[in-house]
Amino acid sequence: MGLINTKIDPNSEDFAKNSAFMTDYVGKVRHIEQQIRKGEEKYRQRATKAGKLLPRERLTHLLDPGTPFLEINSFAGYKMLDDKDGTTAGGNLIMGIGFVSGRRCLVMVWNYAIKGGTINSVTTKKNLRLQEIAFKTRLPIISLSESGGGNLAKMAGGEDASDPWGALGFLEAGNVYCQQAQLSAAGIPQITVSHGNATAGGAYQVALSDYIVLVRGQSNIFLAGPPLLKAATGEIADHETLGGAEMHASVSGTGEYIAENDSDGIRQARQIVDQLPPAASRYLERDKEPEEPVYPKEELLGIVPTDKRIPYDMREIVARIVDGSNFMEFKPEFGTDTVCGHVHIDGWRAAILTNNGPITPHGAVKAAQFLQLCDQTNTPMIFLHNTTGFLVGVEAERMGQVKHGSKMIQAVANFRPPKLTVVVGNSYGAGNYAMCSAALKPDFSFSWPSARTAVMGGAQAAKVLSIVAEARFAAMGQEPAPEVLAQLAKQSELIENAMEASSEAIFTSSRMMDDGLIDPRDTRQVLSFCLETIFETPYRGTKPNSFGVARL
Amino acid sequence: MKNNNFTKVLVANRGEIAVRILKSVRDAGYRSVAVYSEADEGAPHVALADEAVCIGPAPVGESYLNPANILGAAAKTGADAIHPGYGFLSENDSFAQSCLDAGICFIGPSPEAILLMGNKRIAKQHMVDVGVPCIPGYQGEDQSDATLLIEATRVGFPLMIKAAAGGGGRGMRFLNEGDNVTEALASARSESLNAFGSDELILERAIINGRHIEIQVAADNSGQAIYLGERDCSIQRRHQKVIEEAPSPFVSEKLRALMGQAAVNVTSACHYSGVGTVEFLVDADENFYFLEMNTRLQVEHPVTELITGVDLVDWQLKIAAGEALPASQEEITLTGHAIEARFYAEDPSNNFMPQTGRIHHWEKASSAGLRFDDGITTGMEVSPHYDPMLAKIISYGDNREEARRRLLRGLSDTKLLGVRTNKTFLTQILEDNRFIEGAATTAFIDEATLEQASTNAKPDNANIALAAMLLQTQSKSNDSTLWRWSNTAAMDMALHIEGHDEKWKVSLAHENSIFHATIGEDVHTLQLHSLTGACCTYTMDGIRQKATFHIEGSEIFLDARGQLLHLDNITYAPIASDEEEGSGRITASTEGLVIQVAVAVGDVVTKGQTLVTVEAMKMEHRLAADVDGVVASVSAQVGAQVKKGQLLVDINVENSGED
Repeated sequence: MGLINTKIDPNSEDFAKNSAFMTDYVGKVRHIEQQIRKGEEKYRQRATKAGKLLPRERLTHLLDPGTPFLEINSFAGYKMLDDKDGTTAGGNLIMGIGFVSGRRCLVMVWNYAIKGGTINSVTTKKNLRLQEIAFKTRLPIISLSESGGGNLAKMAGGEDASDPWGALGFLEAGNVYCQQAQLSAAGIPQITVSHGNATAGGAYQVALSDYIVLVRGQSNIFLAGPPLLKAATGEIADHETLGGAEMHASVSGTGEYIAENDSDGIRQARQIVDQLPPAASRYLERDKEPEEPVYPKEELLGIVPTDKRIPYDMREIVARIVDGSNFMEFKPEFGTDTVCGHVHIDGWRAAILTNNGPITPHGAVKAAQFLQLCDQTNTPMIFLHNTTGFLVGVEAERMGQVKHGSKMIQAVANFRPPKLTVVVGNSYGAGNYAMCSAALKPDFSFSWPSARTAVMGGAQAAKVLSIVAEARFAAMGQEPAPEVLAQLAKQSELIENAMEASSEAIFTSSRMMDDGLIDPRDTRQVLSFCLETIFETPYRGTKPNSFGVARL
Repeated sequence: MKNNNFTKVLVANRGEIAVRILKSVRDAGYRSVAVYSEADEGAPHVALADEAVCIGPAPVGESYLNPANILGAAAKTGADAIHPGYGFLSENDSFAQSCLDAGICFIGPSPEAILLMGNKRIAKQHMVDVGVPCIPGYQGEDQSDATLLIEATRVGFPLMIKAAAGGGGRGMRFLNEGDNVTEALASARSESLNAFGSDELILERAIINGRHIEIQVAADNSGQAIYLGERDCSIQRRHQKVIEEAPSPFVSEKLRALMGQAAVNVTSACHYSGVGTVEFLVDADENFYFLEMNTRLQVEHPVTELITGVDLVDWQLKIAAGEALPASQEEITLTGHAIEARFYAEDPSNNFMPQTGRIHHWEKASSAGLRFDDGITTGMEVSPHYDPMLAKIISYGDNREEARRRLLRGLSDTKLLGVRTNKTFLTQILEDNRFIEGAATTAFIDEATLEQASTNAKPDNANIALAAMLLQTQSKSNDSTLWRWSNTAAMDMALHIEGHDEKWKVSLAHENSIFHATIGEDVHTLQLHSLTGACCTYTMDGIRQKATFHIEGSEIFLDARGQLLHLDNITYAPIASDEEEGSGRITASTEGLVIQVAVAVGDVVTKGQTLVTVEAMKMEHRLAADVDGVVASVSAQVGAQVKKGQLLVDINVENSGED
């Protein structure tokens, strides 16, 4: 292990400029989150009048006070579907990993204060991601449920004109139920407090849980509510008769516990968690005493240059994330643009793989070898993206770039220890895959707000398209007319702008190409939290069976 | 001079006084034996003695007040001397006699002296005979209501009724002109009978704004007697001493000599040997009247020890062993000033109700000029069986103000968590201008003082905010370095806290390590710096300070910013059913002994009517009907030991209309 020496001057003009730039980006993300919360606040009066807690109040009431909370995809769906101004982003679902009665749990709180907590394609995608994490980490799931049900028009995969009434979304949402059943069978307890409406699909979501807490006077679980019932069969019934808490607790047997109000329901959910096997963390020990990095985390703001074309040394980032700023670098003299080595993060053993530029054939070989080494010792790999892709050119191809790149992708894809991804800077082309982006199924992946992800840079893409167009004219032996040239130039500009916009982290994260955007200063905490979550997995203490837990 | 050699001393007491005596016994070179009840197995006095013997179950009648068991313990261990301490059997002449009969040296005066002074009526008569000034009153044998009523009128008002056999304020009644004397006589009689086994009463003119000043005396077997200055014990609550000091700020050299000589005369008049205390009431014109003589070591003896340099227990041992007084009157000089505060497990906000429970944290102040006489340890249970006095904190200074300052600081640095204590009440007294000026009389603790004490005990919002911040450290797992961290913007959390008959909702917002606690309109900014054991360092609204706390389940005990708090985090408490409200279910307010049941099944009762009286720790708790109705069941029986919360009487709520 060696201390990373820094060349960063926190008093320099560049540092100040970079820092202001990054702070602005972080501010944008926080602003989006705050706007969503402000939107929820509009519901406060109505909630208070109904004797209900706001969704986020339900969340804080559920979590052990003061314990950490990792929110996932806080603004998924930002400016997508009918989210015109960004204030209703988040997929009407607050989701994350937190502590309940001392146990780490996956938590989903249906955000009834936004669009009634209705289900659209973003909701479904978030829900499926939660289940994916549950399968991998075996964390129990607690759902504080209250949903207006499916938003038929918005259940399709976004702005999909071919599916205006959500047939595809309907099918996609079915995966949620399938996996709920499989999670139960896998020995992953699902606990739901039914705080309000749960109609049709929503009803199954509640009823497929292993534990249901009903709230007196609030829970309404039925396949068809009074209006649809009247329309379908002409039968007239009120909500309580049809699917109230008392009916389900005493007649249908659809719920196990009955609570007097929101907080009482949550208290009971906490008690249920308290009956689960003891916290896995008690069986775990860190590999070393945690040690703060030598360099302050605040300096993480000022390292990435405002111009993404200016290279920088990722060791400076590593130095501000890892314990004692110590890095045992692997093959530092070989394939130098690919940087990797062993570290400790908050006392946890880990390895880092990162880039100081394009991935060369030597870099790919080195990375693949390092991945295999770490697989052998079950060392988690942290991928810090900063690559413009695999190196191109005659020499690179002659050195077997495609072969070596494939080998690296192979090593990443089949890597068995935990994989954590942080997109720090550029993440372009196949380099994005090779560095374990969402497509290669890392356990968790997050991005810094200034990160960029795309098949290639916008300028490069525009240039490629104009070269292709020019070649077409050349093939026909023509010179393009001036107005055609002008049109081509305008088209290039449009393409460049569109690609730049869609490679922005806020755009990609809204589409859930990661688990969320993080403040660079939080990187170490996020990694530590995720590592501990994964390391705990074998110790959750619950057991699988064949068919899940069936209710009566 | 008789020689009375002994080698092994049994201390027939518990708590702080047993510990204090055992120390002197050890220092004097004797072997020591402790006795303990089953409830005191882990008590410090047991650990301190060379040998210890269990003398029975927790109730005092079966252990510390059981002479046979104590003599048995002496026989078993070969103890040839018994020190009775104070209270319990210390002023029991027949016990002293039994010791002598068993060939055991009783460290105290003769049974005759105890007997004489033990009865206020006879003692007073005796003192009148030998010319010691006494308060005008009646101390005759005729105890009929008729005689007492006539005598009451003769003596005049304001009037004190006292138990002849008593002490410590029990059986004592204060009457103004026009008060119902017959009723007061009846209740004083019953209290006296219950407490001392005798219902004899005496009457005395009440001296208003008097001072309670007592003289420490010592006499040896040869009849030599001296006095060791006075103690001022004017600060009393319901005739229980709270703060004592020596010398008295009121007593001049001249008065001291006069009172000292009178005390020596009292001592000689009853052929006293050992150390003792003669209590006087002194009026504003420096007239002093004999009250009583305590034929034992006093609770407040340390203040005398600090200003005279004498170890009074050591003197008791020497005198009991037949030695002459270690010093002559001329050799006794008073240097500096000492003040003692009695540290009680009682709740000033709830009529000083004795408190029971586990001591979760006991930490004595360590600054200069402080002496602690205590018999408690962390983890010990304060049981309802014994006196709620847990410790005495005594300060010494070159002058009164220094002693006062040191005691005030010492009290504030002394931490006891787990049961409520009178600590803030003690500091309130020490900070009172009347006390600072040395002008406090027995009327010092009045309604206003008690009201203030009750108000002081009510938690302020800032402390509630602090409690909320500390409560949420509870869920911290031992190795989490991510405490209070989240990757997205922090969320407010709401804590619901209950205690001291109030409820609060605290909204805690945190930003990095800074908390903003909102309670109603109040916002406090807090930061927690460190948690070391029970001590936390925090900044509140710009002031960095320290507090001591203990969290037990959902409860928090907190000593902060001059307040003692006992709060319950009810954020996750089950919803309380309100069915029991005004239900007529009368339950015991404390653990104790049922001494009176005033109703029977079928009785019509009105709201506020006393139904049952439960006695616990020297206090009678009257349990009143909380509704109008008819008694449906009575499950209390006189003589029964009841648990707190146990149902005693059930009242059927009466319909407003007649059937």
